[in-house]
Amino acid sequence: MGIRFILMVNKQGQTRLAQYYEWLTLEERRALEGEIVRKCLARNEQQCSFVEHRNYKIVYRRYASLFFLVGVDNDENELAILEFIHLLVETMDRHFGNVCELDIMFHLEKAHFMLEEMVMSGCIVETSKANILTPVQLLEKTS
Amino acid sequence: MKEYIIRLVYVEMLGHDASFGYIHAVKMIHDDSLLVKRTGYLAVTLFLNEDHDLIILIVNTIQKDLKSDNYLVVCAALNAVCKLINEETIPAVLPQIVELLAHPKEAVRKKAIMALHRFYQKSSSSVSHLVSNFRKRLCDNDPGVMGATLCPLFDLITNDVNSYKDLVISFVSILKQVAERRLPKAYDYHQMPAPFIQIKLLKILALLGSSDKQASENMYTVVGDIFRKCDSSSNIGNAVLYECICCVSSIYPNHKLLESAADAISRFLKSDSHNLKYMGIDALGRLIKISPEIAEQHQLAVIDCLEDPDDTLKRKTFELLYKMTKSTNVEVIVDRMIDYMNSINDNHYKTEIASRCVELAEQFAPSNQWFIQTMNKVFEHAGDLVNIKVAHNLMRLIAEGFGEDDDTADSQLRSSAVESYLHILGEPKLPSVFLQVICWVLGEYGTADGKYSASYITGKLCDVAEAYSNDETVKAYAVTALMKIYAFEIAAGRKVDMLPECHSLMEEFLASHSTDLQQRAYELQAVIGLDAHAVESILPSDASCEDIEVDKALSFLNDYIQESIEKGAQPYIPESERTGMLNISNFRNQDHHEASSHGLRFEAYELPKQTVQARIPPASLASTELVPVPEAMYPRESYQTTTVPSVSSDAASTELKLRLDGVQKRWGRQTHFPSTSTSNSTSLKTVNGITQVDGSNTANSRTRETYDSRKQVEISPEKQKLAASLFGGPSKTEKKSATGHKSSKPSSHMVKSHAPKSSMEVASEKTSVQQPPDLLDFGEPTVKSTAPSLDPFKDLEGLLEPTTQVSSAVNHSSTAAVTKSPDIMGLYTETTAGAHHKDSDILSGLSKPPMTNMVGGTTTMQVAQSSKGPNLKDSLEKDALVRQIGVTPSSQNPNLFKDILG
Repeated sequence: MGIRFILMVNKQGQTRLAQYYEWLTLEERRALEGEIVRKCLARNEQQCSFVEHRNYKIVYRRYASLFFLVGVDNDENELAILEFIHLLVETMDRHFGNVCELDIMFHLEKAHFMLEEMVMSGCIVETSKANILTPVQLLEKTS
Repeated sequence: MKEYIIRLVYVEMLGHDASFGYIHAVKMIHDDSLLVKRTGYLAVTLFLNEDHDLIILIVNTIQKDLKSDNYLVVCAALNAVCKLINEETIPAVLPQIVELLAHPKEAVRKKAIMALHRFYQKSSSSVSHLVSNFRKRLCDNDPGVMGATLCPLFDLITNDVNSYKDLVISFVSILKQVAERRLPKAYDYHQMPAPFIQIKLLKILALLGSSDKQASENMYTVVGDIFRKCDSSSNIGNAVLYECICCVSSIYPNHKLLESAADAISRFLKSDSHNLKYMGIDALGRLIKISPEIAEQHQLAVIDCLEDPDDTLKRKTFELLYKMTKSTNVEVIVDRMIDYMNSINDNHYKTEIASRCVELAEQFAPSNQWFIQTMNKVFEHAGDLVNIKVAHNLMRLIAEGFGEDDDTADSQLRSSAVESYLHILGEPKLPSVFLQVICWVLGEYGTADGKYSASYITGKLCDVAEAYSNDETVKAYAVTALMKIYAFEIAAGRKVDMLPECHSLMEEFLASHSTDLQQRAYELQAVIGLDAHAVESILPSDASCEDIEVDKALSFLNDYIQESIEKGAQPYIPESERTGMLNISNFRNQDHHEASSHGLRFEAYELPKQTVQARIPPASLASTELVPVPEAMYPRESYQTTTVPSVSSDAASTELKLRLDGVQKRWGRQTHFPSTSTSNSTSLKTVNGITQVDGSNTANSRTRETYDSRKQVEISPEKQKLAASLFGGPSKTEKKSATGHKSSKPSSHMVKSHAPKSSMEVASEKTSVQQPPDLLDFGEPTVKSTAPSLDPFKDLEGLLEPTTQVSSAVNHSSTAAVTKSPDIMGLYTETTAGAHHKDSDILSGLSKPPMTNMVGGTTTMQVAQSSKGPNLKDSLEKDALVRQIGVTPSSQNPNLFKDILG
């Protein structure tokens, strides 16, 4: 399975984007997000970017006011996931140009489209920025 | 409409129910506009799970869209397929997906592969005939499709390694091409060629090469290449390196690769980044299985990580320690684990670490005594979280002793266990499992050594039963324990007088709703009514580990059967031969004797032979009715503890002895030197600073050392010292105070000369003796306060005198108190506290009377000073040290300042 969920949460703890690759009910999601966000927000810069939570490992990375949290299985390469987050940000950066929290808020569907291109059923399937962005840009053009 | 749906997604994301709008999302996927359609698909994948009622409405649309000419539509539909198709609907879309595998657009092929992967995960049987497609797609022209194919292949290989061994060559050649930058530039990430594909490939190779020499040999070159090419300055390079290490530790070992892996690990561990340290610790844990000697070089780094405030790192390090535990270091490691376990609240992890403690303790325990103590600690703090089997193991161990023929040692062990349990019973709230153990041990051995009277123990047991009145199991254990104690008393010929609370308890239990409790209570009553001889045979003292012989053939009934057969009864036909008969009930009715013996057969299995055979006849009629019942109960209970395979503890103990030989290799000598030298020097410092502590400190370490040498017969002196350092003696104190010093820095500006002092202290730590003039300049008040007899500052001395007088007034009493406390840390902080009081006192011109809590500190300091007197002229070095110690602020200080200033 690899990746279990991807979350983007701001400093206030509000979810900005959530994608789960296994089904959780609304309450489970809410509880999980709350616990994880509390755990991650409490950590400082020096501490490592990995947190164990229940049977997940959370890899997180902070960009300005936005936290990117990825829940993975136990045998996943954490450092690679950390870089995957960066790749995601770089990709969004290329599309939006200097991406910020607002871009994701107001173009939620596009952020999701990019994620859909990169990750399918919990596996990283595409890492070439051009390949990720082509369909998204085509969609934009057609409408 | 699209905007509304996105709002709806938001609503769900923020945790509110938006199910009223699901149907609109479903409608949206019918839309002609591509963007709206895709948004609709996105929304349904986010809203619905595969078992939702609305799925049935979507499948039709998906089928239509999969046939679309526009590849973007097909992609959107495939995304939905991945998330929403369940087992029943797979056949509806499967043929189309298979067609799409050959689609001209690579994006579609990729998604079709992933859809198929999803189907495989959902129900592998439905796509088993299509698995070969994955192999085909591996050779796809497009690297994206190839990369995606690795995901399903990884899953397939995890499930069945052997049928994919032929792919090793292909994987290796792909990996080689990737590493040689044959892929399009677009896949590069931070100058690394397609790192995510490399990582996936390495994962697959690790699976394929594990314990397969031939397959592994094919991989050596390419993995070595990647080791060389990886750029260890970037995160992604390190990620690939880490994956290489994992691969190397999983495949058939190769010396050269192991070396490069070890190099990479040491780079990780030496790095400042916590992330890399984490990866390093993890990698070390993997590699340690193959080459245990590698841990030697990194022990200091590991200890650093263990003391790191970062929880994640700490856990990872515990995981590593768990993997490298041997009989020699088990005490340190388990102690650390328990300490850590006490400090966390997370039940999930607490359970895990508790079970690990238990496992390690069972496997490597150096002595029974230690084992019992460790178990006590684990039970006390995480009792409800550990498996009940652990408790049974503990009881068995206490009952069996160490497996040696040393009865005195065993009885000592038992009496110490009893003592510790009686002590622990004073605690207000104990976990149920632990109480069961306590009750059992008290019942079995409470009165065995004659130290405690029966009434004392029974009183305690009654207390337990009353205090935990809602826990049936504990009560049951308590009653049985009571019964045993009374039985032992009766058997020993002493008169039994039940305590009044015991009586009331029994009355309560006799009317209990729990049949088990009730029965036990009746048994107790019956046992008390019996004579000594009968009781002794029912409950023989200390017989819990005697083998109970169960006569399964029920040979003692032979006479009886013979008699009945002679009287004309039909012989018993075994059940297996009876299977064809339809008239079993008839048959039974005809033959009552057989039926009764048959019925007996089930219950009698648990009856020990000796009692039924020998003891029933002499006992009175009333007792024949009653006796078998306690028998049935009692053996069952002790049965659990005795007949659980007793091999493991024996094996563990022999293992323990075997393992002692190979011990030194784990934390060997070369690397050991640095740690000893530091710990030695720190202990020296402490000794110099607080002369008074000297004795106890060295004594402590002495005892530890002798303890060590007792434990491990032939160990080098370095090893002992290392053990001492591992035990976290002086070095730990130093570390703690160092951090304390950091934390109190910000508050130091409250006192004028404080900030320069602490910086000076840092300097003195580094340069130590060489620059005394400089330091003295800064350190005036400190030197003054710690060693007034130095007196180059006469004006300050005058100010100091009142304090010294006060302290000397209470001098002898508080010194006594101080000498009593062996706690080094306590002394340490006291000294520092004292020094600080004086500092602030001096600065505030002694405007306030010295406080009571201050006196102890001052006295300590004075003692230190007085015993330091003769050394005064020796060297300036010690002054520097004293200053250092005197100044090192502890975390208490901010409060102290508040006390004084505010």
